[in-house]
Amino acid sequence: MKLTLAALATLAVAVLSLFVGVSDVTPASILNDDRAAQVFLASRLPRTLALVLAGTSMAVAGLVMQMIVRNRFVEPSTAGTTESAGLGLLIVTIFAPGWPLMAKMAVAAVFALAGTALFLRILRMVPLRDVLLVPLVGIMLGGIIGAVTTFFAYRFELLGSLNAWTMGDFSGVLRGRYELLWIGGVLAVLAYLAADRLTVAGMGRDFTVNLGMNYRAAVVLGLVIVALVSAVVLVSVGAIPFLGLIVPNIVSMAIGDNMRRSVPWVAITGAAFVLVCDIIGRTLRYPYEIPISMVVGVVGAAMFLMLLLRSRDHARA
Amino acid sequence: MIVIEGLRKAYGSTPVVDGVSLRIPASGITSIIGPNGAGKSTLLSIMARLMEADGGTVIVDELDVTRTKTDLLARRLSILRQENHISSRLTVRDLVGFGRYPHSKGRLTPEDAGHIDRAIDYLHLGDLADRFLDELSGGQRQRAHIAMVLCQDTDYVLLDEPLNNLDMRHARGMMQLLRRAADELGKTIVLVMHDINFASWYSDGIVAMKAGRVVHHGAPDAIIRPEVLSAIYDMPIAVQDVAGKRIALYYE
Ligand SMILES: Nc1ncnc2c1ncn2[C@@H]1O[C@H](COP(=O)(O)OP(=O)(O)O)[C@@H](O)[C@H]1O
Ligand SMILES: [Mg+2]
Repeated sequence: MKLTLAALATLAVAVLSLFVGVSDVTPASILNDDRAAQVFLASRLPRTLALVLAGTSMAVAGLVMQMIVRNRFVEPSTAGTTESAGLGLLIVTIFAPGWPLMAKMAVAAVFALAGTALFLRILRMVPLRDVLLVPLVGIMLGGIIGAVTTFFAYRFELLGSLNAWTMGDFSGVLRGRYELLWIGGVLAVLAYLAADRLTVAGMGRDFTVNLGMNYRAAVVLGLVIVALVSAVVLVSVGAIPFLGLIVPNIVSMAIGDNMRRSVPWVAITGAAFVLVCDIIGRTLRYPYEIPISMVVGVVGAAMFLMLLLRSRDHARA
Repeated sequence: MIVIEGLRKAYGSTPVVDGVSLRIPASGITSIIGPNGAGKSTLLSIMARLMEADGGTVIVDELDVTRTKTDLLARRLSILRQENHISSRLTVRDLVGFGRYPHSKGRLTPEDAGHIDRAIDYLHLGDLADRFLDELSGGQRQRAHIAMVLCQDTDYVLLDEPLNNLDMRHARGMMQLLRRAADELGKTIVLVMHDINFASWYSDGIVAMKAGRVVHHGAPDAIIRPEVLSAIYDMPIAVQDVAGKRIALYYE
Protein backbone atom coordinates (compact mmCIF):
# COMPACT_ATOMS: atom_id res chain seq x y z
CA MET A 1 0.00 0.00 0.00
CA LYS A 2 2.69 2.45 1.09
CA LEU A 3 4.82 1.03 -1.67
CA THR A 4 2.10 1.80 -4.23
CA LEU A 5 1.88 5.37 -2.97
CA ALA A 6 5.64 5.77 -3.19
CA ALA A 7 5.58 4.37 -6.73
CA LEU A 8 2.82 6.81 -7.72
CA ALA A 9 4.72 9.74 -6.19
CA THR A 10 7.84 8.74 -8.09
CA LEU A 11 5.80 8.44 -11.26
CA ALA A 12 4.52 11.98 -10.70
CA VAL A 13 8.08 13.26 -10.34
CA ALA A 14 9.01 11.40 -13.52
CA VAL A 15 6.15 13.10 -15.40
CA LEU A 16 7.27 16.45 -14.03
CA SER A 17 10.81 15.70 -15.19
CA LEU A 18 9.46 15.15 -18.72
CA PHE A 19 8.32 18.76 -18.89
CA VAL A 20 11.31 20.57 -17.40
CA GLY A 21 13.73 22.03 -19.89
CA VAL A 22 14.77 24.85 -22.16
CA SER A 23 12.61 24.13 -25.17
CA ASP A 24 8.94 24.62 -24.71
CA VAL A 25 7.43 21.16 -24.32
CA THR A 26 4.07 20.84 -22.62
CA PRO A 27 1.51 18.04 -22.70
CA ALA A 28 -0.57 20.15 -25.11
CA SER A 29 2.28 21.14 -27.42
CA ILE A 30 3.34 17.49 -27.92
CA LEU A 31 0.00 16.82 -29.52
CA ASN A 32 -0.18 19.95 -31.65
CA ASP A 33 3.39 20.80 -32.51
CA ASP A 34 5.63 18.43 -34.48
CA ARG A 35 8.83 19.99 -33.22
CA ALA A 36 7.76 19.72 -29.61
CA ALA A 37 6.75 16.10 -30.16
CA GLN A 38 10.14 15.40 -31.66
CA VAL A 39 12.03 16.96 -28.76
CA PHE A 40 9.82 14.97 -26.44
CA LEU A 41 10.49 11.60 -28.09
CA ALA A 42 14.13 12.11 -28.95
CA SER A 43 15.31 13.79 -25.79
CA ARG A 44 12.86 14.26 -22.92
CA LEU A 45 11.47 10.74 -22.74
CA PRO A 46 14.88 9.08 -23.12
CA ARG A 47 16.31 11.33 -20.42
CA THR A 48 13.59 10.55 -17.92
CA LEU A 49 13.80 6.83 -18.67
CA ALA A 50 17.57 6.97 -18.30
CA LEU A 51 17.21 8.69 -14.95
CA VAL A 52 14.75 6.11 -13.68
CA LEU A 53 16.81 3.15 -14.91
CA ALA A 54 20.15 4.49 -13.70
CA GLY A 55 18.74 5.54 -10.31
CA THR A 56 17.01 2.22 -9.78
CA SER A 57 19.88 0.02 -10.84
CA MET A 58 22.62 1.95 -9.02
CA ALA A 59 20.63 1.99 -5.78
CA VAL A 60 19.91 -1.75 -6.02
CA ALA A 61 23.55 -2.45 -6.90
CA GLY A 62 24.59 -0.56 -3.77
CA LEU A 63 22.27 -2.69 -1.66
CA VAL A 64 23.56 -5.90 -3.22
CA MET A 65 27.12 -4.82 -2.58
CA GLN A 66 26.37 -4.00 1.05
CA MET A 67 24.91 -7.47 1.51
CA ILE A 68 27.79 -9.40 -0.01
CA VAL A 69 30.52 -7.30 1.63
CA ARG A 70 28.48 -7.21 4.85
CA ASN A 71 29.23 -3.58 5.36
CA ARG A 72 26.82 -0.65 5.38
CA PHE A 73 29.24 1.80 3.84
CA VAL A 74 30.28 0.20 0.60
CA GLU A 75 28.91 0.89 -2.83
CA PRO A 76 30.50 0.74 -6.28
CA SER A 77 32.30 4.07 -5.79
CA THR A 78 33.76 3.08 -2.39
CA ALA A 79 34.98 -0.35 -3.45
CA GLY A 80 37.07 0.30 -6.52
CA THR A 81 34.29 -0.96 -8.81
CA THR A 82 33.51 2.29 -10.63
CA GLU A 83 37.17 3.17 -11.09
CA SER A 84 37.94 -0.31 -12.43
CA ALA A 85 35.09 -0.01 -14.91
CA GLY A 86 36.57 3.36 -15.95
CA LEU A 87 39.98 1.79 -16.50
CA GLY A 88 38.43 -0.93 -18.64
CA LEU A 89 36.51 1.61 -20.67
CA LEU A 90 39.64 3.67 -21.22
CA ILE A 91 41.66 0.66 -22.34
CA VAL A 92 39.05 -0.45 -24.82
CA THR A 93 38.74 3.13 -26.07
CA ILE A 94 42.50 3.26 -26.66
CA PHE A 95 42.88 -0.13 -28.31
CA ALA A 96 39.52 -0.67 -29.99
CA PRO A 97 37.89 2.72 -30.43
CA GLY A 98 35.62 1.37 -33.15
CA TRP A 99 33.93 -1.29 -31.04
CA PRO A 100 30.20 -0.93 -30.46
CA LEU A 101 29.10 0.51 -27.13
CA MET A 102 27.82 -2.88 -25.99
CA ALA A 103 31.27 -4.44 -26.39
CA LYS A 104 32.93 -1.55 -24.61
CA MET A 105 30.45 -1.93 -21.79
CA ALA A 106 31.30 -5.64 -21.55
CA VAL A 107 35.01 -4.85 -21.22
CA ALA A 108 34.24 -2.27 -18.54
CA ALA A 109 32.12 -4.85 -16.72
CA VAL A 110 34.93 -7.42 -16.76
CA PHE A 111 37.30 -4.84 -15.27
CA ALA A 112 34.70 -3.86 -12.68
CA LEU A 113 34.31 -7.51 -11.70
CA ALA A 114 38.07 -7.99 -11.38
CA GLY A 115 38.49 -4.79 -9.35
CA THR A 116 35.69 -5.71 -6.96
CA ALA A 117 37.05 -9.23 -6.56
CA LEU A 118 40.41 -7.68 -5.70
CA PHE A 119 38.70 -5.53 -3.08
CA LEU A 120 37.06 -8.59 -1.53
CA ARG A 121 40.39 -10.42 -1.53
CA ILE A 122 42.08 -7.54 0.28
CA LEU A 123 39.30 -7.57 2.87
CA ARG A 124 39.77 -11.28 3.40
CA MET A 125 43.51 -10.92 3.80
CA VAL A 126 43.29 -7.99 6.21
CA PRO A 127 40.25 -8.53 8.41
CA LEU A 128 39.27 -5.05 9.59
CA ARG A 129 37.76 -4.51 12.98
CA ASP A 130 36.27 -1.11 12.25
CA VAL A 131 33.34 -0.97 9.82
CA LEU A 132 34.49 2.42 8.57
CA LEU A 133 37.88 1.12 7.51
CA VAL A 134 36.30 -1.11 4.88
CA PRO A 135 35.08 1.73 2.61
CA LEU A 136 38.33 3.60 3.28
CA VAL A 137 40.27 0.66 1.88
CA GLY A 138 37.91 0.65 -1.10
CA ILE A 139 38.32 4.36 -1.67
CA MET A 140 42.10 3.96 -1.54
CA LEU A 141 41.99 1.08 -4.00
CA GLY A 142 39.72 3.16 -6.25
CA GLY A 143 42.15 6.07 -5.91
CA ILE A 144 45.05 3.96 -7.11
CA ILE A 145 43.12 2.54 -10.06
CA GLY A 146 41.80 6.01 -10.85
CA ALA A 147 45.33 7.43 -10.84
CA VAL A 148 46.52 4.78 -13.29
CA THR A 149 43.52 5.54 -15.48
CA THR A 150 44.18 9.27 -15.39
CA PHE A 151 47.83 8.72 -16.29
CA PHE A 152 46.97 6.74 -19.41
CA ALA A 153 44.11 9.07 -20.30
CA TYR A 154 46.61 11.92 -20.18
CA ARG A 155 49.16 10.09 -22.31
CA PHE A 156 46.56 9.21 -24.92
CA GLU A 157 44.83 12.57 -24.78
CA LEU A 158 41.57 11.12 -23.54
CA LEU A 159 41.20 13.24 -20.43
CA GLY A 160 38.05 14.77 -21.89
CA SER A 161 36.34 11.40 -22.25
CA LEU A 162 37.51 10.33 -18.83
CA ASN A 163 35.98 13.45 -17.37
CA ALA A 164 32.68 12.64 -19.01
CA TRP A 165 32.68 9.13 -17.52
CA THR A 166 33.54 10.19 -14.02
CA MET A 167 30.98 13.00 -13.99
CA GLY A 168 27.54 11.56 -14.40
CA ASP A 169 25.47 13.82 -16.61
CA PHE A 170 22.11 13.26 -18.25
CA SER A 171 22.08 16.31 -20.50
CA GLY A 172 23.50 14.35 -23.42
CA VAL A 173 20.97 11.53 -23.21
CA LEU A 174 19.19 11.05 -26.53
CA ARG A 175 17.19 8.29 -28.12
CA GLY A 176 19.63 5.64 -29.28
CA ARG A 177 22.22 6.51 -26.63
CA TYR A 178 20.72 5.31 -23.38
CA GLU A 179 19.18 1.95 -24.22
CA LEU A 180 21.98 -0.05 -22.58
CA LEU A 181 20.54 1.16 -19.30
CA TRP A 182 17.67 -1.27 -19.75
CA ILE A 183 20.22 -3.96 -18.88
CA GLY A 184 20.53 -2.22 -15.52
CA GLY A 185 16.77 -2.45 -15.10
CA VAL A 186 16.85 -6.16 -15.88
CA LEU A 187 19.64 -6.67 -13.35
CA ALA A 188 17.60 -4.90 -10.67
CA VAL A 189 14.80 -7.37 -11.35
CA LEU A 190 17.32 -10.21 -11.15
CA ALA A 191 18.43 -8.93 -7.74
CA TYR A 192 14.81 -9.04 -6.66
CA LEU A 193 14.40 -12.60 -7.89
CA ALA A 194 17.54 -13.64 -5.99
CA ALA A 195 16.54 -11.56 -2.94
CA ASP A 196 16.38 -14.48 -0.49
CA ARG A 197 19.70 -15.89 -1.50
CA LEU A 198 21.42 -12.52 -1.33
CA THR A 199 19.86 -11.77 2.06
CA VAL A 200 21.06 -15.10 3.42
CA ALA A 201 24.54 -14.47 2.01
CA GLY A 202 24.39 -11.15 3.86
CA MET A 203 24.17 -13.09 7.12
CA GLY A 204 27.59 -14.58 6.46
CA ARG A 205 29.14 -17.78 5.23
CA ASP A 206 28.29 -19.98 8.20
CA PHE A 207 24.59 -19.12 8.16
CA THR A 208 24.52 -19.64 4.42
CA VAL A 209 26.15 -23.06 4.57
CA ASN A 210 23.95 -24.10 7.48
CA LEU A 211 20.90 -23.27 5.36
CA GLY A 212 22.22 -25.50 2.60
CA MET A 213 23.10 -22.78 0.14
CA ASN A 214 26.17 -22.31 -1.98
CA TYR A 215 27.79 -19.22 -0.47
CA ARG A 216 30.30 -18.70 -3.22
CA ALA A 217 27.63 -18.83 -5.92
CA ALA A 218 25.56 -16.20 -4.13
CA VAL A 219 28.56 -13.89 -3.77
CA VAL A 220 29.50 -14.31 -7.42
CA LEU A 221 25.93 -13.58 -8.50
CA GLY A 222 25.98 -10.41 -6.41
CA LEU A 223 29.34 -9.34 -7.80
CA VAL A 224 28.20 -9.86 -11.38
CA ILE A 225 25.10 -7.73 -10.77
CA VAL A 226 27.16 -4.94 -9.20
CA ALA A 227 29.86 -4.99 -11.87
CA LEU A 228 27.42 -5.01 -14.79
CA VAL A 229 25.28 -2.22 -13.36
CA SER A 230 28.34 -0.09 -12.67
CA ALA A 231 29.64 -0.62 -16.19
CA VAL A 232 26.31 0.04 -17.86
CA VAL A 233 25.74 3.28 -15.96
CA LEU A 234 29.30 4.45 -16.46
CA VAL A 235 29.19 3.85 -20.20
CA SER A 236 25.76 5.40 -20.74
CA VAL A 237 25.62 8.45 -18.45
CA GLY A 238 28.76 8.44 -16.30
CA ALA A 239 29.32 7.62 -12.65
CA ILE A 240 26.80 8.74 -10.05
CA PRO A 241 28.53 8.65 -6.67
CA PHE A 242 26.86 8.09 -3.27
CA LEU A 243 23.54 6.99 -4.73
CA GLY A 244 24.14 3.32 -3.93
CA LEU A 245 25.10 4.31 -0.43
CA ILE A 246 22.42 6.79 0.57
CA VAL A 247 19.33 5.08 -0.75
CA PRO A 248 19.84 1.57 0.67
CA ASN A 249 20.84 3.03 4.04
CA ILE A 250 17.72 5.16 4.28
CA VAL A 251 15.53 2.22 3.28
CA SER A 252 17.36 -0.03 5.72
CA MET A 253 16.65 2.31 8.60
CA ALA A 254 12.98 2.39 7.73
CA ILE A 255 12.19 -1.22 6.82
CA GLY A 256 15.34 -3.28 7.30
CA ASP A 257 17.42 -5.45 5.00
CA ASN A 258 15.22 -8.38 4.11
CA MET A 259 15.69 -7.88 0.39
CA ARG A 260 12.34 -9.39 -0.51
CA ARG A 261 10.84 -6.30 1.10
CA SER A 262 13.59 -3.78 0.58
CA VAL A 263 14.52 -4.17 -3.11
CA PRO A 264 11.27 -2.60 -4.38
CA TRP A 265 11.71 0.29 -1.95
CA VAL A 266 15.34 0.79 -2.87
CA ALA A 267 14.45 0.72 -6.55
CA ILE A 268 11.69 3.32 -6.24
CA THR A 269 13.61 5.56 -3.85
CA GLY A 270 16.67 5.39 -6.10
CA ALA A 271 14.66 6.53 -9.10
CA ALA A 272 12.98 9.32 -7.12
CA PHE A 273 16.28 10.52 -5.69
CA VAL A 274 17.92 10.81 -9.09
CA LEU A 275 14.85 12.40 -10.68
CA VAL A 276 14.69 15.05 -7.98
CA CYS A 277 18.42 15.75 -8.12
CA ASP A 278 18.17 16.08 -11.90
CA ILE A 279 15.28 18.52 -11.67
CA ILE A 280 17.26 20.57 -9.14
CA GLY A 281 20.28 20.55 -11.46
CA ARG A 282 18.14 21.68 -14.38
CA THR A 283 16.28 24.48 -12.61
CA LEU A 284 18.78 25.92 -10.14
CA ARG A 285 20.72 27.93 -12.74
CA TYR A 286 18.12 27.85 -15.48
CA PRO A 287 18.71 27.91 -18.42
CA TYR A 288 22.09 26.35 -17.57
CA GLU A 289 22.46 22.86 -16.17
CA ILE A 290 24.46 21.61 -13.23
CA PRO A 291 25.62 18.01 -13.88
CA ILE A 292 23.75 15.50 -11.78
CA SER A 293 26.90 14.00 -10.31
CA MET A 294 27.53 17.36 -8.67
CA VAL A 295 24.02 17.68 -7.24
CA VAL A 296 24.05 14.07 -6.04
CA GLY A 297 27.56 14.59 -4.71
CA VAL A 298 26.58 17.58 -2.60
CA VAL A 299 23.28 16.17 -1.36
CA GLY A 300 24.82 12.70 -0.98
CA ALA A 301 27.91 13.83 0.92
CA ALA A 302 25.73 15.69 3.42
CA MET A 303 23.48 12.68 3.88
CA PHE A 304 26.45 10.34 4.12
CA LEU A 305 27.88 12.47 6.90
CA MET A 306 24.57 12.28 8.72
CA LEU A 307 24.57 8.50 8.37
CA LEU A 308 28.07 8.29 9.78
CA LEU A 309 27.20 10.43 12.77
CA ARG A 310 24.06 8.44 13.32
CA SER A 311 25.94 5.16 13.18
CA ARG A 312 28.27 6.56 15.87
CA ASP A 313 25.29 7.17 18.11
CA HIS A 314 23.80 3.78 17.50
CA ALA A 315 27.14 1.99 17.36
CA ARG A 316 25.67 -0.57 15.07
CA ALA A 317 27.82 -2.15 12.44
CA MET B 1 23.56 -41.65 15.05
CA ILE B 2 26.64 -39.55 14.40
CA VAL B 3 29.81 -41.55 13.84
CA ILE B 4 33.11 -39.69 13.91
CA GLU B 5 36.29 -41.49 12.93
CA GLY B 6 39.86 -40.25 13.36
CA LEU B 7 39.03 -36.57 12.93
CA ARG B 8 42.04 -34.28 12.74
CA LYS B 9 42.48 -30.55 12.32
CA ALA B 10 45.58 -28.45 12.87
CA TYR B 11 46.44 -24.78 12.53
CA GLY B 12 50.00 -24.76 11.30
CA SER B 13 51.72 -27.40 13.39
CA THR B 14 49.32 -27.06 16.35
CA PRO B 15 46.69 -29.78 16.39
CA VAL B 16 43.34 -28.50 17.69
CA VAL B 17 41.32 -31.65 16.97
CA ASP B 18 43.64 -34.55 17.43
CA GLY B 19 42.31 -37.90 16.33
CA VAL B 20 38.75 -37.72 17.62
CA SER B 21 36.56 -40.80 17.24
CA LEU B 22 33.10 -40.67 18.73
CA ARG B 23 29.67 -42.22 18.46
CA ILE B 24 26.78 -39.97 19.38
CA PRO B 25 23.56 -41.95 19.69
CA ALA B 26 20.38 -40.76 17.99
CA SER B 27 17.69 -38.94 19.98
CA GLY B 28 18.88 -37.47 23.21
CA ILE B 29 21.12 -34.71 24.46
CA THR B 30 24.88 -35.06 24.33
CA SER B 31 26.96 -32.28 25.91
CA ILE B 32 30.56 -31.57 25.08
CA ILE B 33 32.51 -30.03 27.94
CA GLY B 34 36.14 -29.07 28.42
CA PRO B 35 38.38 -26.07 29.04
CA ASN B 36 38.75 -23.13 26.66
CA GLY B 37 40.71 -24.02 23.58
CA ALA B 38 40.04 -27.75 23.93
CA GLY B 39 38.74 -27.86 20.35
CA LYS B 40 35.02 -28.15 21.10
CA SER B 41 33.91 -25.44 18.68
CA THR B 42 36.23 -26.68 15.99
CA LEU B 43 34.85 -30.20 16.33
CA LEU B 44 31.27 -28.95 16.12
CA SER B 45 32.03 -26.82 13.04
CA ILE B 46 33.62 -29.75 11.25
CA MET B 47 30.66 -31.97 12.12
CA ALA B 48 28.40 -29.45 10.39
CA ARG B 49 30.71 -28.99 7.34
CA LEU B 50 31.38 -25.34 8.22
CA MET B 51 35.05 -26.20 8.45
CA GLU B 52 37.14 -28.73 6.61
CA ALA B 53 39.06 -31.36 8.55
CA ASP B 54 42.59 -32.39 7.67
CA GLY B 55 41.57 -36.03 7.99
CA GLY B 56 38.86 -38.34 9.27
CA THR B 57 35.14 -38.63 8.61
CA VAL B 58 31.83 -37.55 10.07
CA ILE B 59 28.85 -39.72 9.18
CA VAL B 60 25.34 -38.59 10.14
CA ASP B 61 22.83 -41.37 9.56
CA GLU B 62 24.80 -42.84 6.65
CA LEU B 63 25.48 -39.39 5.20
CA ASP B 64 29.11 -38.34 4.98
CA VAL B 65 28.85 -34.61 5.73
CA THR B 66 31.58 -33.59 3.31
CA ARG B 67 30.13 -35.57 0.43
CA THR B 68 26.42 -35.02 0.91
CA LYS B 69 24.72 -32.29 -1.08
CA THR B 70 24.65 -29.31 1.21
CA ASP B 71 20.95 -28.52 0.74
CA LEU B 72 20.00 -32.11 1.57
CA LEU B 73 22.14 -32.00 4.70
CA ALA B 74 20.52 -28.70 5.71
CA ARG B 75 17.22 -30.55 6.09
CA ARG B 76 18.82 -33.12 8.42
CA LEU B 77 21.33 -31.19 10.47
CA SER B 78 21.55 -27.62 11.71
CA ILE B 79 24.17 -25.72 13.63
CA LEU B 80 24.45 -22.51 15.58
CA ARG B 81 27.96 -21.30 16.19
CA GLN B 82 29.26 -19.75 19.37
CA GLU B 83 29.48 -16.25 17.94
CA ASN B 84 27.13 -14.88 15.38
CA HIS B 85 27.34 -11.42 14.02
CA ILE B 86 24.68 -10.39 11.55
CA SER B 87 25.37 -6.94 10.20
CA SER B 88 22.18 -6.62 8.17
CA ARG B 89 19.03 -5.33 9.75
CA LEU B 90 16.60 -8.23 9.94
CA THR B 91 13.62 -8.62 12.20
CA VAL B 92 13.36 -11.58 14.53
CA ARG B 93 10.60 -12.98 12.34
CA ASP B 94 12.74 -12.57 9.19
CA LEU B 95 15.61 -14.42 10.83
CA VAL B 96 13.47 -17.24 12.16
CA GLY B 97 11.75 -17.49 8.78
CA PHE B 98 15.07 -18.09 7.04
CA GLY B 99 15.30 -21.26 9.11
CA ARG B 100 12.69 -22.63 6.70
CA TYR B 101 14.84 -21.91 3.67
CA PRO B 102 16.15 -25.48 3.26
CA HIS B 103 12.54 -26.69 3.04
CA SER B 104 10.77 -23.86 1.27
CA LYS B 105 13.54 -22.21 -0.77
CA GLY B 106 11.96 -18.88 0.03
CA ARG B 107 8.33 -19.71 -0.77
CA LEU B 108 6.81 -19.96 2.66
CA THR B 109 3.80 -22.28 2.85
CA PRO B 110 1.19 -22.16 5.63
CA GLU B 111 3.05 -25.10 7.16
CA ASP B 112 6.25 -23.04 7.23
CA ALA B 113 4.35 -20.18 8.84
CA GLY B 114 3.23 -22.61 11.56
CA HIS B 115 6.84 -23.64 12.22
CA ILE B 116 7.87 -19.99 12.43
CA ASP B 117 5.11 -19.07 14.87
CA ARG B 118 5.85 -22.07 17.07
CA ALA B 119 9.59 -21.39 17.18
CA ILE B 120 8.91 -17.77 18.13
CA ASP B 121 6.51 -18.93 20.79
CA TYR B 122 8.81 -21.57 22.28
CA LEU B 123 11.52 -19.00 22.80
CA HIS B 124 9.14 -16.39 24.19
CA LEU B 125 9.91 -13.98 21.38
CA GLY B 126 6.30 -13.07 20.63
CA ASP B 127 6.63 -9.47 21.80
CA LEU B 128 9.93 -9.05 19.99
CA ALA B 129 9.02 -10.74 16.71
CA ASP B 130 8.90 -7.52 14.69
CA ARG B 131 11.94 -5.90 16.30
CA PHE B 132 15.22 -5.62 14.46
CA LEU B 133 18.05 -7.82 15.73
CA ASP B 134 20.23 -4.78 16.37
CA GLU B 135 17.62 -3.50 18.79
CA LEU B 136 17.78 -6.55 21.06
CA SER B 137 19.91 -7.47 24.05
CA GLY B 138 22.54 -10.18 23.67
CA GLY B 139 20.36 -12.79 25.33
CA GLN B 140 17.31 -11.90 23.26
CA ARG B 141 19.38 -12.13 20.10
CA GLN B 142 20.74 -15.50 21.19
CA ARG B 143 17.18 -16.74 21.60
CA ALA B 144 16.29 -15.45 18.15
CA HIS B 145 19.22 -17.36 16.63
CA ILE B 146 18.18 -20.53 18.43
CA ALA B 147 14.60 -20.05 17.26
CA MET B 148 15.89 -19.94 13.70
CA VAL B 149 17.81 -23.19 14.11
CA LEU B 150 14.82 -24.90 15.73
CA CYS B 151 12.62 -23.63 12.92
CA GLN B 152 14.90 -25.49 10.54
CA ASP B 153 13.37 -28.56 12.17
CA THR B 154 16.24 -30.97 11.56
CA ASP B 155 16.73 -34.35 13.24
CA TYR B 156 20.19 -33.27 14.35
CA VAL B 157 20.79 -29.96 16.08
CA LEU B 158 24.25 -28.74 17.04
CA LEU B 159 24.47 -25.75 19.36
CA ASP B 160 27.72 -24.16 20.47
CA GLU B 161 27.24 -22.67 23.93
CA PRO B 162 23.52 -22.03 23.53
CA LEU B 163 23.23 -20.60 27.04
CA ASN B 164 25.56 -17.70 26.17
CA ASN B 165 24.11 -14.43 27.44
CA LEU B 166 20.95 -16.03 28.78
CA ASP B 167 19.66 -15.20 32.24
CA MET B 168 18.88 -18.02 34.67
CA ARG B 169 15.23 -18.25 33.74
CA HIS B 170 15.90 -18.38 30.01
CA ALA B 171 18.83 -20.76 30.45
CA ARG B 172 16.63 -23.18 32.33
CA GLY B 173 13.81 -22.65 29.83
CA MET B 174 16.20 -23.38 26.97
CA MET B 175 17.40 -26.63 28.51
CA GLN B 176 13.85 -27.74 29.25
CA LEU B 177 12.88 -26.94 25.69
CA LEU B 178 15.78 -28.96 24.29
CA ARG B 179 14.95 -31.81 26.66
CA ARG B 180 11.38 -31.86 25.34
CA ALA B 181 12.60 -31.77 21.75
CA ALA B 182 14.75 -34.79 22.47
CA ASP B 183 12.08 -36.72 24.38
CA GLU B 184 8.95 -35.87 22.41
CA LEU B 185 10.30 -35.33 18.90
CA GLY B 186 13.27 -37.69 19.07
CA LYS B 187 15.78 -34.99 18.12
CA THR B 188 19.47 -35.60 18.49
CA ILE B 189 20.95 -32.57 20.18
CA VAL B 190 24.66 -31.94 20.59
CA LEU B 191 25.63 -29.04 22.83
CA VAL B 192 28.88 -27.41 23.74
CA MET B 193 28.37 -26.46 27.38
CA HIS B 194 30.32 -24.36 29.82
CA ASP B 195 28.04 -24.83 32.78
CA ILE B 196 28.80 -28.41 33.75
CA ASN B 197 25.86 -28.52 36.14
CA PHE B 198 23.37 -27.74 33.38
CA ALA B 199 25.14 -30.44 31.37
CA SER B 200 24.89 -32.86 34.27
CA TRP B 201 21.23 -32.12 34.91
CA TYR B 202 19.88 -32.32 31.38
CA SER B 203 22.19 -34.52 29.29
CA ASP B 204 21.98 -38.18 28.42
CA GLY B 205 25.68 -38.30 27.65
CA ILE B 206 28.69 -36.11 28.27
CA VAL B 207 31.82 -35.90 26.14
CA ALA B 208 34.85 -34.36 27.80
CA MET B 209 37.54 -32.85 25.62
CA LYS B 210 40.99 -31.63 26.48
CA ALA B 211 43.75 -30.43 24.17
CA GLY B 212 42.01 -31.65 21.03
CA ARG B 213 41.22 -35.13 22.30
CA VAL B 214 38.16 -36.81 23.74
CA VAL B 215 39.27 -37.82 27.21
CA HIS B 216 35.96 -39.17 28.54
CA HIS B 217 32.58 -40.11 27.12
CA GLY B 218 29.78 -41.51 29.23
CA ALA B 219 26.62 -40.88 31.20
CA PRO B 220 26.65 -37.85 33.56
CA ASP B 221 27.13 -40.22 36.51
CA ALA B 222 30.40 -41.40 35.04
CA ILE B 223 31.76 -37.94 34.16
CA ILE B 224 30.57 -35.67 36.93
CA ARG B 225 32.98 -37.09 39.49
CA PRO B 226 35.60 -35.20 41.45
CA GLU B 227 38.59 -37.08 40.11
CA VAL B 228 37.41 -36.94 36.48
CA LEU B 229 36.47 -33.23 36.49
CA SER B 230 39.57 -32.21 38.43
CA ALA B 231 41.74 -33.84 35.80
CA ILE B 232 39.83 -32.22 32.90
CA TYR B 233 39.90 -28.70 34.29
CA ASP B 234 43.16 -28.91 36.26
CA MET B 235 41.64 -27.72 39.50
CA PRO B 236 39.99 -29.28 42.51
CA ILE B 237 36.26 -29.83 41.94
CA ALA B 238 33.91 -31.33 44.50
CA VAL B 239 30.70 -33.15 43.55
CA GLN B 240 27.53 -33.53 45.60
CA ASP B 241 24.35 -35.43 45.03
CA VAL B 242 21.33 -33.14 44.91
CA ALA B 243 17.86 -34.51 44.25
CA GLY B 244 19.32 -37.54 42.52
CA LYS B 245 21.53 -35.46 40.19
CA ARG B 246 25.23 -34.73 40.49
CA ILE B 247 26.26 -31.14 41.05
CA ALA B 248 29.82 -29.91 40.83
CA LEU B 249 31.05 -27.30 43.29
CA TYR B 250 34.04 -25.36 42.14
CA TYR B 251 33.48 -21.90 43.54
CA GLU B 252 36.18 -21.99 46.19
N1 LIG C 1 41.77 -19.50 12.89
C1 LIG C 1 42.58 -20.04 13.84
N2 LIG C 1 43.91 -19.99 13.70
C2 LIG C 1 44.72 -20.53 14.64
N3 LIG C 1 44.28 -21.15 15.73
C3 LIG C 1 42.96 -21.24 15.93
C4 LIG C 1 42.03 -20.68 15.00
N4 LIG C 1 40.77 -20.92 15.44
C5 LIG C 1 40.93 -21.58 16.61
N5 LIG C 1 42.23 -21.77 16.90
C6 LIG C 1 42.77 -22.47 18.08
O1 LIG C 1 42.20 -23.75 18.13
C7 LIG C 1 42.02 -24.15 19.46
C8 LIG C 1 40.62 -24.72 19.62
O2 LIG C 1 39.67 -23.69 19.48
P1 LIG C 1 38.12 -23.94 19.74
O3 LIG C 1 37.70 -25.12 18.98
O4 LIG C 1 37.42 -22.67 19.47
O5 LIG C 1 38.13 -24.24 21.32
P2 LIG C 1 36.91 -24.34 22.33
O6 LIG C 1 35.63 -24.14 21.58
O7 LIG C 1 37.03 -25.68 22.95
O8 LIG C 1 37.14 -23.27 23.36
C9 LIG C 1 42.30 -22.95 20.34
O9 LIG C 1 43.54 -23.14 20.97
C10 LIG C 1 42.34 -21.81 19.38
O10 LIG C 1 43.29 -20.87 19.80
MG1 LIG D 1 34.21 -22.66 21.69
